[in-house]
Amino acid sequence: MAAKPPYSHRDPMLKKRDDFEDILEERRNSSDLRYALKCYTPVVYKGVTPNAASLLKTTVLQSDQLHYVVDQLSKETGVAADVIQEEASAILEEMAHRQQLSTVRFFAFTLSKAFKALFRSIHVNEEGIQRLQQAIQEHPVVLLPSHRSYMDFLLMSYILYTYDLVLPVIAAGMDFMGMKFVGEMLRMSGAFFIRRSFGGDKLYWTVFSEYVKTMLRNGMAPVEFFLEGTRSRTSKSLTPKLGLLNIVMDPFFKGEVFDVSLVPVSISYERILEETLYARELLGVPKPKESTSGLFKARKVLSEDYGSIHVYFGQPVSVRSLAQGKVNRCHFNLMPRHIPRRPSDETQCFVNDSAYSLVRAQEENMVLKPWVLLASLLLQNQSQGLLLDELTEQAVWLRGLSREYGAFLNWPDHMAPSEVVSSSLSLHRDLVKISGGRVQLALGGQAGPRQPCSSPITEEELMNQAVVVLSCTSYRNQALHVFLRPALLASAIHIATSAKKEEVYNSFSFLRNMLSNEFILCPGATLQDFEEACYLLGKTGALQMSQQEMQVTDSGQKTVNFLTAMLDPFLQGYQVVCRYLCEEATEALTEKQFIPAIRTFIVRLILAGSLRYYELLSSDLQKNALAALLRLGAIRKIKVADNVTLKVNRLMVNSLEDTLGGKLPTQKAVAARL
Amino acid sequence: CAECCAAANTQGILPDTNDCSDKLRMYKVVVPDSTFTCIFATSSDIISCPEIMKWNGWGYSDSRFLFNKKGQAEFTGKRYRLSGMILPSLKDWFEGTFGASLQHKSPATVSAIYIYFFNAVQPPTLNEAFVEDLKSVGIPFSHDAEDRVFRAHGHCLHEIFALREGKVGRVPDLVVWPNCHNDVVKIVELACKHSVCLIPYGGGTSVSSALECPPEETRSIVSLDTSQMNRILWIDEKNLTAHVEAGIIGQDLERLLNENGYCTGHEPDSMEFSSLGGWVATRASGMKKNIYGNIEDLVVHIKMVTPRGVIEKSCLGPRMSTGPDIHHFIMGSEGTLGVVTEVTMKIRPMPEYQKYGSVVFPNFEQGVACLREVARQRCAPASIRLMDNEQFQFGHALKPQVSSIFTSFLDGLKKFYITKFKGFDPHHLCVATLLFEGNREKVLQHEKQVYDIAAKFGGLAAGEDNGQRGYMLTFVIAYLRDLGMDYYVIGESFETSVPWDRVLDICRNVKERIIRECKERGVQFPPLSTCRVTQTYDAGACVYFYFAFNYRGLSDPVHVYERVEHAAREEILANGGSLSHHHGVGKLRKEWMRETLSNVGMGMLKSVKDYVDPNNIFGNRNLL
Repeated sequence: MAAKPPYSHRDPMLKKRDDFEDILEERRNSSDLRYALKCYTPVVYKGVTPNAASLLKTTVLQSDQLHYVVDQLSKETGVAADVIQEEASAILEEMAHRQQLSTVRFFAFTLSKAFKALFRSIHVNEEGIQRLQQAIQEHPVVLLPSHRSYMDFLLMSYILYTYDLVLPVIAAGMDFMGMKFVGEMLRMSGAFFIRRSFGGDKLYWTVFSEYVKTMLRNGMAPVEFFLEGTRSRTSKSLTPKLGLLNIVMDPFFKGEVFDVSLVPVSISYERILEETLYARELLGVPKPKESTSGLFKARKVLSEDYGSIHVYFGQPVSVRSLAQGKVNRCHFNLMPRHIPRRPSDETQCFVNDSAYSLVRAQEENMVLKPWVLLASLLLQNQSQGLLLDELTEQAVWLRGLSREYGAFLNWPDHMAPSEVVSSSLSLHRDLVKISGGRVQLALGGQAGPRQPCSSPITEEELMNQAVVVLSCTSYRNQALHVFLRPALLASAIHIATSAKKEEVYNSFSFLRNMLSNEFILCPGATLQDFEEACYLLGKTGALQMSQQEMQVTDSGQKTVNFLTAMLDPFLQGYQVVCRYLCEEATEALTEKQFIPAIRTFIVRLILAGSLRYYELLSSDLQKNALAALLRLGAIRKIKVADNVTLKVNRLMVNSLEDTLGGKLPTQKAVAARL
Repeated sequence: CAECCAAANTQGILPDTNDCSDKLRMYKVVVPDSTFTCIFATSSDIISCPEIMKWNGWGYSDSRFLFNKKGQAEFTGKRYRLSGMILPSLKDWFEGTFGASLQHKSPATVSAIYIYFFNAVQPPTLNEAFVEDLKSVGIPFSHDAEDRVFRAHGHCLHEIFALREGKVGRVPDLVVWPNCHNDVVKIVELACKHSVCLIPYGGGTSVSSALECPPEETRSIVSLDTSQMNRILWIDEKNLTAHVEAGIIGQDLERLLNENGYCTGHEPDSMEFSSLGGWVATRASGMKKNIYGNIEDLVVHIKMVTPRGVIEKSCLGPRMSTGPDIHHFIMGSEGTLGVVTEVTMKIRPMPEYQKYGSVVFPNFEQGVACLREVARQRCAPASIRLMDNEQFQFGHALKPQVSSIFTSFLDGLKKFYITKFKGFDPHHLCVATLLFEGNREKVLQHEKQVYDIAAKFGGLAAGEDNGQRGYMLTFVIAYLRDLGMDYYVIGESFETSVPWDRVLDICRNVKERIIRECKERGVQFPPLSTCRVTQTYDAGACVYFYFAFNYRGLSDPVHVYERVEHAAREEILANGGSLSHHHGVGKLRKEWMRETLSNVGMGMLKSVKDYVDPNNIFGNRNLL
């Protein structure tokens, strides 16, 4: 709690952000071919090693780091060192990129065509580009884009090419390589491929980390990877993965480079290409394996309108300044630097904190479209829908609130609110329907979800409706980071047994802890989050605070209701998971069975009418709940033969459920943990 | 002292101050209306003669850089190879590197009126009883302001800067000149008896704030100047050792030994002015350590006077297994334990043949790789140093005016060959300077071996002249700082030692850190941030950094300077470098001692201090 806040506690409304330029505009007015063949002479890092690109593989294969590990492995396994070295060489072949300008130009041409067909505009903050250009010359750069779509990394390279910046090399998942031709194309445009999991494989890890570090040290190109590790199917930011971040920071810790600049990039899509694909995947329809033919089948998406994209290049973050006073680099003084070592606790903690603050930096600069607000409102009014006027009025209210909370809202202020609303609705006409002036989610044939007691729907119908709901939640989720902390506080006030500040704080802390697999909540920053939440709620007049008490004001009721309703599906979801584990789970429940089992359970509850949130069907929420319970020790994994079974501490799970439902004071839940 | 001079002149004892550097003589001058004696000695002891030494700058008064009326740089005096020469490219380099201009001068404010300045020095706090006893044992002393100020500082930037500005903090209250070991014993006894703080003073070349008087010291501070203890007591040709008084100055020691056909081979950059006792007290390192060793390899026996008595070993055995070597408590004690009075040290026959050399490398990386290989093969010449590109250009700016068209044509040809024919980038290439010593035949053989290694790393032999100029730079660089200070440029050097695999990283990072810190602290012009590898060892190297900047527009340049140096030292430590290779800790680097030595290590040193000097008589507060 004593940790220094990663963000200063200033008024989020005063956050200064750059203006955007539409890069497609020029593409619509001039030749794509000429653009693809333009003279491309990017500025490079001042300390770039000559011939770095051609020597890259040799440098990696001859590195002390690799030699050391090869020798170790050879001694451990008795396999000859040159055999292992060969293996390393093969790993590197499989991994390495083969960036070449001609492929890049090919992409520049085809992507121009595709982007123009798909999107209305691609907005980029040019000041961010200028900052990036500066950073590239000064220090090795790591690009950290958010990950919501397959499009992301092609888009990134496309933008950098447009602005004559050095093209990045991109860490991509091995699954892309399965797409025969395309995989190779991506490789030639600068992607390198890494296996999804290689936990224990020392050799693989060494080759991989040495490969990345060498590129960084040589400074030949920015390294790009996704902090979230994979595409977020829900549009919520994912808990950051630390492996690659550790690797790119390591050269700084070891003094091999003076500094490393980390550049968070926020890519916001008005409409995500994979919208329904994700929803289906979350509902348990397995995602199609990446294949070239699949990609061509996806051609029909080309005929649709996906609105605009906003790409915001954030302020470069210097690892050196981040680490100032937090990491003692002398740690590496007493051993040769090529001998692999576990990072110290101090370092791990630092990398973790940095990862969270970088993801938050991505979140902060995500551009929110009006539709995001509409989706949030419609989801809260699923059964009745809203009259168009009502919706507009509420949207305007929410616009004000979200701006107060510092949202980066792209609301065209020059248009009348009603126009904004109707144009948003028309872009997302797959998800909404308007009948008789009433706006509702497009949940199948009739008037939305029926009243629970009326004629029951089939499971298939339910799933189809859930697809719409989940698509919609993915838009609401874009705004979650704006409301998250006040919403946690609002819910905490709701479940707390009294208005005592201490009680509320305990509830807040409990909820935050419970939901920290769900949202980006940096471990150890509870107090800051609490203060931030108090500040925001207080600022908008929703909360009155005295020394000891916190009271929701009359005028703030609306805000607080909205916020609690926003978080409610998650709280319900976790409770349902708890209930399932207490009531239904058998001793033999394996980890693999968990998702299908809980899904069946939830479907049953919805069909029975005792549960109203379709979004609880999202496997993301279910997995997160499981992870949280595991983290809290309410469930333990036990390895039995090849299976991992889940051992449930019923007492604890039960008390967590009750606390989430506000039936049990927070203190008890905490006690139950002990 | 001016008074003394005047008195001396009237008594006709000191006919010509310019004369006094050549002979080993000593004058005692009795100032008529004063009860104490002041000593003038010569040569070995020029330091107490301010007419010969600058009082607010480096070195000899007659040697200084200046820009003449034509705007050309010249070096005055007759003492150095560069003396009396015009340096045509220095001005452009100076203005180009620092953004300085000859129009913007920042002369020392009190140089002309220093007599008034000395009158302004705080009157001494004398311990009367101590002074009385001193008089009765007949040891000369002085409380003249000039003598006291002269011994109140070393040559850190802030110390010289303050003097130029006419600012002076706490200075010693008294200066004493013991003449031999027994005098020191008496002085230390009296200091203990009367509770007086003693600060030993040798050559005054410290760059670690070691000579600064602790401002919090309430006792009378006595500067113990060893300059009169400057004799070689005996030379033992059978064992090749010499027994020398510790106050002797490096160049005198070397010259006197040379007269007998010997040398110590210990040549720290400061050897013109630093003393043997100072070397021992700071763990000095010499340029030619590859042949002769550093001070710890050179000493056979040390005698030191401490408040507990005299510490010394009982024999002159070349190596002993008698517990931890007590010499290692003395070496590096920086005047906190006592006064080193006599040292027995190894001597060698003078080398038959000496040859300079130099090698140009396409870049610094290759240069370091070459030095590493030379160290691996243990074939380092007497000295091998690698300058980075900035320093190479700096060295170039010090090329004297070429006398003939032919030489200038040759120079042009060489430049053409290296940059055009060999494709070296003039903004990346760097130079190693070499010094070979020994038997002529062996030197030539050795030379070939080293050049062959260099060739493997793309190095091209670049002539003796470049090598020799490189070493000369060492001796004149401190004079150059004074020139810079006349034109708003301040700077300093600092050093470290580091394992081989970190040499490149530490050089890059520290240089970059300096540049960045300067920028962040409002320095208006890009600083000079350069380094060189000056010593090679089996397991690492010694790296020297030079750093200077134009301070126009800064309200407190010295503070900025100190913060940048501090940051640079942190960077050094973070990159696996040591706190110091040979400059010592003094008070400047004390704050990092604990993390350098560990708590137990600090405790060990502390307990030694507590035993040897429980009343902190040697109270300069260095080190711990």
